[in-house]
Amino acid sequence: MFLVKGGMLVDPAAGIKAVRDILLQDGKVVEIGEHLERPEGAEVYDATGKLVTPGLIDMHVHLREPGLEAKETIASGTRAAAMGGFTSVCCMPNTNPVTDSLALVEAVQAISKRDGAVRVFPIGAITKGSQGQELAEIGDMAQAGVRAVSDDGKPVARAEIMRLALEYAKMFEVTVVSHCEEQSLAGDGVMHYGPMSAMLGLKGIPAAAEEVMVARDIILAEAAGAKLHIAHISTRGSLELVRAAKARGVNVSCEVTPHHLSLSDEAVSGYSTSTKVNPPLRSWDHVSALRQGLADGTIDCIATDHAPHTIEEKAVEFGAAPFGLVGLETAVPLIMELVRNKELDIERAVAALSSNPARVFGLPGGTLQPGSPADLTVIDPDLELVLKPEDLRSQGKNSPFLGTELKGFPVLTMVEGQVVMRERNLLAD
Amino acid sequence: MWKRKDLLGIKELSADEINQILDQAVPMKDIIKRDIKKVPTLRGKSVINLFYEPSTRTRTSFELAGKYLSADTVNIAVSTSSVVKGETLIDTGKTIDVMGADVVVIRHQASGAPHLLAKHIKAKVINAGDGAHEHPTQALLDLFTIKEAKGSIEGLTVTILGDILHSRVARSNIWGLKKLGAKVRVAGPSTLMPPGLGDWGVEVYHRVEDALEGADVVNVLRLQLERQQKGLFPTIREYARQWGLNSRRVSLAKPGAMVLHPGPMNRGVEISPEVADGLQSVITEQVTNGVAVRMAILYLMTGGGVSDVPR
Repeated sequence: MFLVKGGMLVDPAAGIKAVRDILLQDGKVVEIGEHLERPEGAEVYDATGKLVTPGLIDMHVHLREPGLEAKETIASGTRAAAMGGFTSVCCMPNTNPVTDSLALVEAVQAISKRDGAVRVFPIGAITKGSQGQELAEIGDMAQAGVRAVSDDGKPVARAEIMRLALEYAKMFEVTVVSHCEEQSLAGDGVMHYGPMSAMLGLKGIPAAAEEVMVARDIILAEAAGAKLHIAHISTRGSLELVRAAKARGVNVSCEVTPHHLSLSDEAVSGYSTSTKVNPPLRSWDHVSALRQGLADGTIDCIATDHAPHTIEEKAVEFGAAPFGLVGLETAVPLIMELVRNKELDIERAVAALSSNPARVFGLPGGTLQPGSPADLTVIDPDLELVLKPEDLRSQGKNSPFLGTELKGFPVLTMVEGQVVMRERNLLAD
Repeated sequence: MWKRKDLLGIKELSADEINQILDQAVPMKDIIKRDIKKVPTLRGKSVINLFYEPSTRTRTSFELAGKYLSADTVNIAVSTSSVVKGETLIDTGKTIDVMGADVVVIRHQASGAPHLLAKHIKAKVINAGDGAHEHPTQALLDLFTIKEAKGSIEGLTVTILGDILHSRVARSNIWGLKKLGAKVRVAGPSTLMPPGLGDWGVEVYHRVEDALEGADVVNVLRLQLERQQKGLFPTIREYARQWGLNSRRVSLAKPGAMVLHPGPMNRGVEISPEVADGLQSVITEQVTNGVAVRMAILYLMTGGGVSDVPR
């Protein structure tokens, strides 16, 4: 038994934002109340002055296992998740081999069960090998518990394949997650197309490269009556397309990353490869549109797109470095900064990090109502830290936020009643 | 005194720093004109030319600049180096560094490569052209050439003509000219124009005649012919007809306007032969000035010989 006392409970799905005690037992939430008595034998956690939220869910991470273990493993990635306050992560299928079959999904599930510190939900591929040619065995993967499919990083170029995927996945209540990037427009661009790319002499990826595919996929999802989720939305134009689609009842949702909310393309000016990410960091006009879209609910979810790479891969010329940055361990303080600056309600922030991803993918958790899984995160809104590379539990050190002061870190992560991180110490090991 | 470790771009230089280099290049040019072109100023200093892209004039210019000042110069041709064995830029740089290099001159196809190198080595780094980012020594020699002929840069109207999008020469020139008070126009097809130039205080033209009217200086950029294959403009022929600099167009500029080109030229494409070889062309003078300006930079950056300043 575990009693979390005196914290500010923010549970958007239950409509609660109040000081509450929470009693957890046998992996479930048992009771919520204003002043709960400590049952005999219960461990007490004093959360006074802290935020208590449903366990955070990151619906978009790259754990790199199997095949790319030099970058990250399920063990290291889920420990990074625990440090970041995440109790569940959904891992993208662009491993080696690509997670595109029942057997591979089960392999990822088995490794996760053995090595993982938090819950892992594999996302399957849309097409075999994410080659964009033939549908993967989505029905089989759904049977193994896959709730979403994506060819993340390799957008489905052919509209007909995307149409078929939406039609087919619908039968199994599997969400199609689209990485929207029209590659003939993105070309070999390495950063946002605009005055900064012009100044730095780097090839640009125009906003239109994302927007034309957002438009295409919304049209296809609408025609198919299927569920579409847009990954890492990054432009004002994409948001307007999603907003209009939602208004006419299309079953579309979207996510935004903390880095697209916090940084603009100005961060690229020192050629730091930690700022090379796809979609690229956009100009401030897009950043402010994204903040607005999250605040008004057009954007449903916050997801990190945690993308670890080795130091060697990133210690090269900007153009030669792979895209991606690590986000699991910095997401919460970055979002808390938006909350402090009154750009985002705490309820919206918590919903975007828990109940909304749970709803979009149909995952357990996302709320602390009695009977729910005992997945819980405690955040100390006043805790300030300057992270160094060695502080990150991820094998990837490719974060543009190292060395800067961040505030508002998770101090307790509980997965199914087990405390996996407490006071910034991992207990999962 | 020169304070910077590296010379990575013009954008971060002050007008004073630019003028310091231009002033120092004047006595250096005198050395080049002597019968015995050698002064002992940089004796005991080493300058490494690390060129990841083919280059004749910039590499030779740096090499001669070093030699005229008595520095030991070494050229590393990447095609015969360990780079082809997969060595990274940082490792190559560190190797050169521990051999005792004082200055590494780098030319690289990747924008920002000199910045990466400068962060990881002790030797001073000079950017000899990085991707489409900057080519500071080219801009400095262009500024020197203009200043030498016109007396001052301030108040001049300079038209940069051609493929601005891919041009590091254009970027460095724009920064330098603006800092020294010139009015800058750029002209070329919209598909070869980077976004946001208006924010830089530059006037953008698509009709070359408008851009040339009343200009004091025309700087014609090299057109990389493979851009046409990528579909950025229809044909070389149309490019030459729409944007090539010919005698008729030069006559729209001010009488006595200077014509510059960083080389190597595509004669008959971006510049007609009669303009390239005409009275208003200073293209060969630019090459001479390039050596003088690079001598000035090497001298200033290595804090060269306090007692034997070649004035």
